[in-house]
Amino acid sequence: MERDSVKDQADSYVTDDGRTIGPTVMEMKNITLRFGGVEAIKDISFDIREGEIRAIIGPNGAGKSSMLNVISGFYVPQEGEVWYKGAQRPPMKPYQVAQQGIARTFQNIALFEGMSVLDNVMTGRLTQMKSGLLAQSLWKGKAEREEVENREIAEKVIDFLEIQAIRKTPVARLPYGLKKRVELARALAAEPTILLLDEPMAGMNVEEKEDMSRFILDVNDEFGTTIALIEHDMGVVMDLSDRVVVMDYGRKIGDGSPHDVRNNQEVIDAYLGVAHD
Amino acid sequence: MAKPLTRADGPQSVPALLHRNASEFANAPAYREKEYGIWQSWTWSQTRDEVEALALGFLELGLDEGDFVAVIGRNRPYLYWAMIAAEMAGAVPVPLYQDANAEEMAYVMGHCGARIAVVGDQEQVDKIIEVQAQLPDFERMIYLDPRGLRKYDHSKLDQYSAVQELGRANREKHIAELEARQAKLNYDSTGVMLYTSGTTGKPKGVVLSNRNVIETAKSSSEFDNLKRTDEILAYLPMAWVGDFIFSVGQALWTGFCTNCPESAETMHVDLREIGPTYYFAPPRVFETQLTSVMIRMEDASRFKKWLFDKFMAHARKVGPAILDGKKVSAWDRAKYALGELMIYGPLKNTLGFSRVRVGYTAGEAIGPEIFDFYRSLGINLKQLYGQTEATVFITAQPDGEVRSDTVGVTCPGVELKIADNGEVFYRSPGVFVEYYKNPESTADTKDAEGWVATGDAGFIEEGSGHLRIIDRAKDVGQMADGRLFAPKYVENKLKFFPNVLEAVVFGNKRSECTAFINIDLTAVGNWAERNNIGYASYQELARHPQVMDTIQSHVEEVNRSVAEDEMLSGCQVHRFVVLHKELDADDGELTRTRKVRRKIIEEKYADIITALYDGSKQVSTETEVTYEDGRKGSIKATLEIRDAAVQPTSHQMAAE
Repeated sequence: MERDSVKDQADSYVTDDGRTIGPTVMEMKNITLRFGGVEAIKDISFDIREGEIRAIIGPNGAGKSSMLNVISGFYVPQEGEVWYKGAQRPPMKPYQVAQQGIARTFQNIALFEGMSVLDNVMTGRLTQMKSGLLAQSLWKGKAEREEVENREIAEKVIDFLEIQAIRKTPVARLPYGLKKRVELARALAAEPTILLLDEPMAGMNVEEKEDMSRFILDVNDEFGTTIALIEHDMGVVMDLSDRVVVMDYGRKIGDGSPHDVRNNQEVIDAYLGVAHD
Repeated sequence: MAKPLTRADGPQSVPALLHRNASEFANAPAYREKEYGIWQSWTWSQTRDEVEALALGFLELGLDEGDFVAVIGRNRPYLYWAMIAAEMAGAVPVPLYQDANAEEMAYVMGHCGARIAVVGDQEQVDKIIEVQAQLPDFERMIYLDPRGLRKYDHSKLDQYSAVQELGRANREKHIAELEARQAKLNYDSTGVMLYTSGTTGKPKGVVLSNRNVIETAKSSSEFDNLKRTDEILAYLPMAWVGDFIFSVGQALWTGFCTNCPESAETMHVDLREIGPTYYFAPPRVFETQLTSVMIRMEDASRFKKWLFDKFMAHARKVGPAILDGKKVSAWDRAKYALGELMIYGPLKNTLGFSRVRVGYTAGEAIGPEIFDFYRSLGINLKQLYGQTEATVFITAQPDGEVRSDTVGVTCPGVELKIADNGEVFYRSPGVFVEYYKNPESTADTKDAEGWVATGDAGFIEEGSGHLRIIDRAKDVGQMADGRLFAPKYVENKLKFFPNVLEAVVFGNKRSECTAFINIDLTAVGNWAERNNIGYASYQELARHPQVMDTIQSHVEEVNRSVAEDEMLSGCQVHRFVVLHKELDADDGELTRTRKVRRKIIEEKYADIITALYDGSKQVSTETEVTYEDGRKGSIKATLEIRDAAVQPTSHQMAAE
């Protein structure tokens, strides 16, 4: 197991591009996750710092999505601890994790196909709603006020992601690239502290990837949202992320700046195959 | 209606009009914009406060009288205010095309020496930063949308709202100066400077005085009886003279409300929501809308399609006559009323035209079928003819005298004359002051008596007094055998086919005419989908044999129609190619207002033109293209050259 270096324990950290990122907001300590006899994640530790873009990469079956599911509370690891905002997190249901400010998108889009884009984005606000069932069904008092507030936040996200033109369009009618963007919108509507993106650019063409990269950078820049993402496109990972965790067969084989990771022989052997110049 | 004003006592500047509106129609809506899904509005008095705050901010930033302020971005109330605020502060607003690339912007901003630029978003900020080293006079940039700009160096960059705050905070310090500067404004001071898109050479800065703007706004508003309750949707480029006159000139003169869409993509939804009563669009917009209606009707159920066809046939028969108030039998009227209930009404609602009282199209010739389609639905679509140098209006069609082949009678206060070579000249209160820093061009265009050359060839129709435009005067030439060559005339006929997006006809000083054709990807792509024809790119679709056949049949049909006109029968297209790429303003082939730049096209595609005339069956070519972000690439293609059947002409017969 690697131990935190002095640099990692500092309150801030300067990345290769000269960006200063904040103190640790989430820490995974010695996580092991098993499905029956299969060890999907073996004794992995890493941290996520406030305001950074943290990439998790690795070949197919490396355990990346499982890792994301541990963070989002969908899987409870057999061993290890998850620390969030300076406290150890007890096992939780995913919705409780969401209420704590962790939102995500999915590898295979998981939107409500029959609902409009706006309604889908509004579901991102559900965890923030406090009015009761009766108030909501009568749509009086607090429920109405909440709806107005939530709609405003949803509209700001729609404006930010430039999807005004499809606001009222049912999601089922949208092309793939736009659905991905709507998923991002729904996650953003929850105003998360940490945003988890599971392969946000899978299956996209170059132009769509460029757009999505732009949006991810803008979200990070504009709202200061911490982002953890899984991605296969090496170019994208190297361009976007501040720090990268590399996994292979459930083990962590590298952790550091994109530059470090690119030059790590073990990573090259396991994943990249040949050295990128 | 505004009370009638005379030159002596009326507001003599754009800011003065704003002050009048703010006191006379204080609480009526002046500007609206859809943002965050809701239409946000500002009344006239709120608008004045916003504009004044910005103007005070300009003063605090050190803007002097006579300075230039560049305004760049999509149509937003804030940018219209910036133009009025600039004039309030004694400066001259210069709106620029937002899709112009960095070099084009550098030229215009350098030419006028703009000190301040008010821009929409990061995209525009980036472009100006790229070229600011070439702009010695340029000092500060004011942006609207802060997105993505957080980390930029803010020493030369301010947010719009921050400048307004600055203005409000320093009100005491500058208000007297601001009022003094406004008091100096009169009919002769500059209202706005607009750069022409320039089909040849560099753009020219057209200086329009307050007299030009206000007199034109006044007479054109009276011509169409525009009212304070009218609504317009501002979606055309702010740098275009028409938008300035509609959204600033006429809006301020009559006090109607200018609505700005949420984004370019939501334009059609916003159009439906607002339901403008006064509407302007270039022929291309009407064409695209008609194409999309027709494509959607193809997908409708058979009964609906039958109903649509049946009622549309009836509408074509009696619709225009009903609109013009001519005599139509009671039975036809009843049938039309039923059609209105079942087809026309819902269709107009879908298109956003339910409330249009006055609609205009201009800029280019509109296809008679497209024109008649809208008129038969009961939409009062008319044509006007104008240009930047005239502050838009030269001729327009009065209600009841609307036809697709003329551009109407002279607007109030305009005089027309036709030169011996057919070129149209006009004189009016709207005639521009000068081209900025370009006395030679000014003298070439405007003579001592104030007559301005339009550069268009045309004639006044006997009887009706309507003006008919044939072509650009400089494009009209002679074929090798002396027959008249008018490329635009043929190109327009080609472009009336939905499958043809753009056409360029050659033949000046040659023995026969040839043409470049651009297919319309929407229309042809839809056809391909229907007929199970697969294609991967524009290029592949453009050279598909069946597409070529279709285009050939269009060309031959045009030849038949051209042959009927004795004067122009020499302009029949003998050979053509379908180009492998769309002609594009980014490549310099079209102007930003999408007019063909013949000279550049002729030089760039010289190899293809040679092939059109040397009888070869195909030609291999490589073309440089510029992407939107300024990067360059190239496209290689082998193009098929086709011969089109031509009709024998009287000239040829006489020769034989």
